[in-house]
Amino acid sequence: MSIYLNKDSKVIVQGITGGEGTKHTALMLKAGTNIVGGVNARKAGTTVTHGENEIKVYGTVAEAKAETGADVSIVFVPPKFTKDAVVEAIEAEIGLVVVITEGMPVQDSAEFWALAQSKVDANGKQITRVIGPNCPGIITPGEALVGITPANITQKGPIGLVSKSGTLTYQMMYELRDLGFSTAIGIGGDPVIGTTHIDALEAFEADPETKAIVMIGEIGGDAEERAAEYIKAHVTKPVVGYVAGFTAPEGKTMGHAGAIVSGSSGTAQAKKEALEAAGVKVGKTPSETATLLREVYAAL
Amino acid sequence: MDLYEYQARDMFESHGVPVLAGIVAYTPEEAKAAAEKIGGVVVVKAQVKVGGRGKAGGVKVAKTADEAFQYATDILGMDIKGHTVNKVMIAQGADIAEEFYFSVLLDRANRNYLAMCSVEGGMEIEELAVERPEALARIAVDPAVGIDQAKADEIVAAAGFAPELTEKVAAAILKLWDVFTKEDATLVEVNPLVLTGGGDIVALDGKVTLDDSASEIRHPGHEELDDKANTDPLEAKAAAAGLNYVKLDGEVGVIGNGAGLVMSTLDVVAYAGENHGNVKPANFLDIGGGASAEVMAAGLDVILNDPQVKSVFVNVFGGITACDAVANGIVGALNTLGDAANKPLIVRLDGNNVEEGRRILAAANHPLVTLAATMDEGANKAAELANSAK
Repeated sequence: MSIYLNKDSKVIVQGITGGEGTKHTALMLKAGTNIVGGVNARKAGTTVTHGENEIKVYGTVAEAKAETGADVSIVFVPPKFTKDAVVEAIEAEIGLVVVITEGMPVQDSAEFWALAQSKVDANGKQITRVIGPNCPGIITPGEALVGITPANITQKGPIGLVSKSGTLTYQMMYELRDLGFSTAIGIGGDPVIGTTHIDALEAFEADPETKAIVMIGEIGGDAEERAAEYIKAHVTKPVVGYVAGFTAPEGKTMGHAGAIVSGSSGTAQAKKEALEAAGVKVGKTPSETATLLREVYAAL
Repeated sequence: MDLYEYQARDMFESHGVPVLAGIVAYTPEEAKAAAEKIGGVVVVKAQVKVGGRGKAGGVKVAKTADEAFQYATDILGMDIKGHTVNKVMIAQGADIAEEFYFSVLLDRANRNYLAMCSVEGGMEIEELAVERPEALARIAVDPAVGIDQAKADEIVAAAGFAPELTEKVAAAILKLWDVFTKEDATLVEVNPLVLTGGGDIVALDGKVTLDDSASEIRHPGHEELDDKANTDPLEAKAAAAGLNYVKLDGEVGVIGNGAGLVMSTLDVVAYAGENHGNVKPANFLDIGGGASAEVMAAGLDVILNDPQVKSVFVNVFGGITACDAVANGIVGALNTLGDAANKPLIVRLDGNNVEEGRRILAAANHPLVTLAATMDEGANKAAELANSAK
């Protein structure tokens, strides 16, 4: 088991012919991902070749879905056109859309999110899950990679990981590579994102393969505080946390568009305290966090 | 990017928001000329991107142009909470009958927009929200719809405006929504929004925060709003090289890949500094996933030009760009910089091809480079060297 993504997921790549799209399509195939098609309106009808894989390029997401039965899409489209690409995937009712693009206008993200929320099935459940934007994507080691995470730094195992940061995700996957991961998700560091810490915590709690969870946060917003409340009320599996940005000055954006301390809100200290109040052990450094995880896992 | 008040005023005016005359001045002479041009009573207002300037003496009412000259002389050069005033706005004096409040902003938690409005303006909105929350109407705005006439009417009704004002206030709110959406803002705030003695609604003081990502791809004109004169020279140099750099106050230069890892590195350096004379990280610098020799050289160049820096900690996780490529990048960067590289460099590599990466650095045997096995060890070594060089 895993969350959101497994070996049966059928994946299309929006922007498959661009530089990033080409590079990461090759890496995703190598990681075992079942890529069934690509989308580029101007190159519809052509194919791209990666080793033994011939991948058809379709004009629209809807066409690609109808032809291939795709249920996952990954978006490698420049920020100017990202909203249109995501909207197209939501309109086509793709189940999971992973948006890698960095530098997307936040009003564009707010608009696609409003659309995604409005598309529900007969049971009132949102049809499309969005991960990102500005994220490394999702990996279920040994099964599938939909993102830009280096697949060979870890292996399959019992730990679930959700993080705002790409390289900190890699760092943690690498530190705990002997234990391994059920699924690792980078949710992105933008002010408006699709899948949140809470969504991932809920899914990991329900996933029988996941035995313990690592949650990585950073300065800005109050997602970690809200996740802490959720953990207190709903999560029975052990959660270990890490928060980056204790030394970040107020009012400065630290790399990620959403990583900013405004006045007294969004500080790392407040997030750490909220998590600890919810019973989450919080590491002072990434390596201490890995050690804490090993301890709680060994005690299971 | 936060705008200065005069920039917000100009942006309001260009979208048809009712404002009073206002002219920016950099010298007392310009202030006097502006006061003469506007005529009558004017207000000399310090232009700084920080609140509380009124209490600090940065806002003065001038009855004559000579008074405006005098107040501008007093205010220019003043320090307000660490911000030096290098410009003032000469604003037309207002005949204020009543003060109100309006803002629309990105609501991160709910992933939509929030409009806030009150008939009790003038005071700090944070104070109002705490002391009289019932006086502050909070209305969610759906990003797919925005503020249309119906939404503007809803906001005005919720705030409880007098019937004779509703139409005028709603019209101003629609124009302010234009500013928010057409300029890709994350905050548009008017405090106060005033009713003049003549019965007009006017935005007297405005605050605008623009979304930098949107400015970059959709609003080329926004670049000239950036106050380059007030930017730290090292930050300006880094920006010109396309680097993601923030200058901090410390002795240990930091380079890493990925925003989260770099923020984490700053923290780990600060913890290590507690045992080494309280040295602190000197900067945030994210060179991104690529970590090529060119980017590494540009990054090192910026950091080594910071006179406060005594040692540098390079902390890279090799992912798609594996550690051997990163190591070659560091060696190449040191060759490019030559004698300009003059401070000790602690390098910690981890991730893909780490053995090969460490072998390349060891073989290069650069006198300034020390390898560290872990992030904690590297931070500790960098802090120790910075402290002994202080």
